[in-house]
Amino acid sequence: MPLLSTTDKQAMTHYARWTSYWQAAPLAAVLLLFFVLPLVVTFIVSFWSYTGYSIEPDFIFDNYRDAFDRCIVALPDLCTTFRTYLSTLRFCLAVWLLTLVIGFIIAYYLTFEIRTTTIRLVLALVCTIPFWTSNVIRMISWVPLLGRNGLVNQALVGAAIIDQPLDWLLYSNFSVLLAFVHLNTVFMIVPIANSMSRIDRSLVEAARDAGATGWQILLHIIIPLSKTGIAIGSIFVITVVMGDFITIGIMGGQQIASAGKVIQTQIGALQFPIAAANAVVLLAVVLMIIATLIRYIDIRKEL
Amino acid sequence: MVQKASRGKVEFVQTVKAYGASVAVAGIDLRIPAATYCCLLGPSGCGKTTSLRMLAGHEAVTSGDILLDNANITLMPPAKRGTAMMFQSYALFPHLTVVENVAFALRMKGVPKVERLIKAQEMLKIVDLGTYAERRPSQLSGGQQQRVALARALIMRPSVLLLDEPLSALDPFLRLRVRGELKRLQKSLGITFVHVTHSQDEALALSDLVVLMNSGKIEQKGTAEDLFTRPRTAFVARFIGAHNVIDLGDRAIAVRIDRTMLRRDGSADATRREVTVRTVEYAGTSFSIQLVDDRGSELAALISEQSFRATPLTEGERVLASWAPADAHVLEGGAR
Repeated sequence: MPLLSTTDKQAMTHYARWTSYWQAAPLAAVLLLFFVLPLVVTFIVSFWSYTGYSIEPDFIFDNYRDAFDRCIVALPDLCTTFRTYLSTLRFCLAVWLLTLVIGFIIAYYLTFEIRTTTIRLVLALVCTIPFWTSNVIRMISWVPLLGRNGLVNQALVGAAIIDQPLDWLLYSNFSVLLAFVHLNTVFMIVPIANSMSRIDRSLVEAARDAGATGWQILLHIIIPLSKTGIAIGSIFVITVVMGDFITIGIMGGQQIASAGKVIQTQIGALQFPIAAANAVVLLAVVLMIIATLIRYIDIRKEL
Repeated sequence: MVQKASRGKVEFVQTVKAYGASVAVAGIDLRIPAATYCCLLGPSGCGKTTSLRMLAGHEAVTSGDILLDNANITLMPPAKRGTAMMFQSYALFPHLTVVENVAFALRMKGVPKVERLIKAQEMLKIVDLGTYAERRPSQLSGGQQQRVALARALIMRPSVLLLDEPLSALDPFLRLRVRGELKRLQKSLGITFVHVTHSQDEALALSDLVVLMNSGKIEQKGTAEDLFTRPRTAFVARFIGAHNVIDLGDRAIAVRIDRTMLRRDGSADATRREVTVRTVEYAGTSFSIQLVDDRGSELAALISEQSFRATPLTEGERVLASWAPADAHVLEGGAR
């Protein structure tokens, strides 16, 4: 007599099928509650109406129209919204390029130039030291360095390289860019270094055996095989920079507009529906950028 | 008759590789004639792979020289030497198709796309993979991957092909077949193959020249037959296998296990030794008998099925292991 009858086996596979769902349930519940639900609420509120002192459930498109107030008719001149997005995108592109180049070089150095695991680990930890304190503190620490009477200006004036302190060091596009790169490079380093560490060293040797120069190895072997890490790092950096309002606020001296800052201002004025509409637009823009990225690089392979 | 000029004469001259205080290769002298199938054989850590990698240019030589076809290649970059290496795990580029993998060296040289793909396709036909050109390496079996690696190395038209444990990743049946193919290929190309292995079967079956290494030195070099019939030291006899190393006090000898006879009558002397039968194993065409003498050293005898049937042995039985004086081969350096 068989140990298990057919019906027992069916019952077991039935049971096993549901087990995996139960195992996934807690995380699914967390995602639903803290990710999907707020997103849905934001989407719904973006169609509500509001006045100076109240918010009414409604289904109107006024918020979206207001978000792009006279943008089409004003073309080819850019309306405020378009200019804001353009400025945000420019920051995003610059930060992305800089963090990519710096992050790639650091990741390369960590993975291919450092030979002992211990030193590699120590150096990787050093990269994360800035993250031991809060985002805001990290930004504020730049002020005594870059300010009009900051260390950099004092040193430059003291060394008689310039006679007037530089104004553009702080509360400028420069300082915003600097802070963004400082804050986000590590998000590039980690996934790229992770991809690189999976590259079999014998591939590099095989390429050298086939006559590849250092640059050719980089171009034909290391970059293609780090592509997924580059994509994941890029998604981190792009989403952070596109939605940012704190860095731009503090380092730009509250003078530089960004898509995130617009939303923050509207929330401050309790205009939740238009803030929600702007948030939905921002989300759409970011999703389009990521979709473009994923078209070129299949990140599923890496996950 | 047109004689194809044979290529690939390799010379190691007092070649040393040291990592700090530890010496991996302790000054080897080795001359491999052109168009030779040479196996570097030895246990792990004996310096065979390091020697191969020095010849390939992937490992810097600490002192001494390496010559290829009379040119000193000691300081040359890998691709300029006229060597090509086939890596142990094949090291195929996972993001490139099979044909792109094979064409890689030509691409690095700047050969135009159409030309290099045609050449790569021709090379793939030679290794019988013409129809797999557009696949990724991960979509191929181990044996097919190995042939891609072979094609990728051969497209550089090397004088010496370096193979680092080329058969270790294959299953036993495939290993035998590929072994034969490698030997045929080497003959038809008329170049030198230097093949690193720790399997004495492989080395004996393939080699024109076997180089047995031990702790950074060459223990013995010669034809497969030389090593098998005239092992220089006890290490060689033990590594090649199928030999009994017998300590006679003043000297040590090696006797092939198929020349070791077992008998019940007589007494121990210089060509006989009292032993106990430990195990009897059936090995198809013969019986393999494991023995142990009174001092605890192990011996073995290989007895044809016919003679075993005539006088069967049982485990635990006391017998005499004997050999003809002509079959006793004196070893240098004793039984150690």
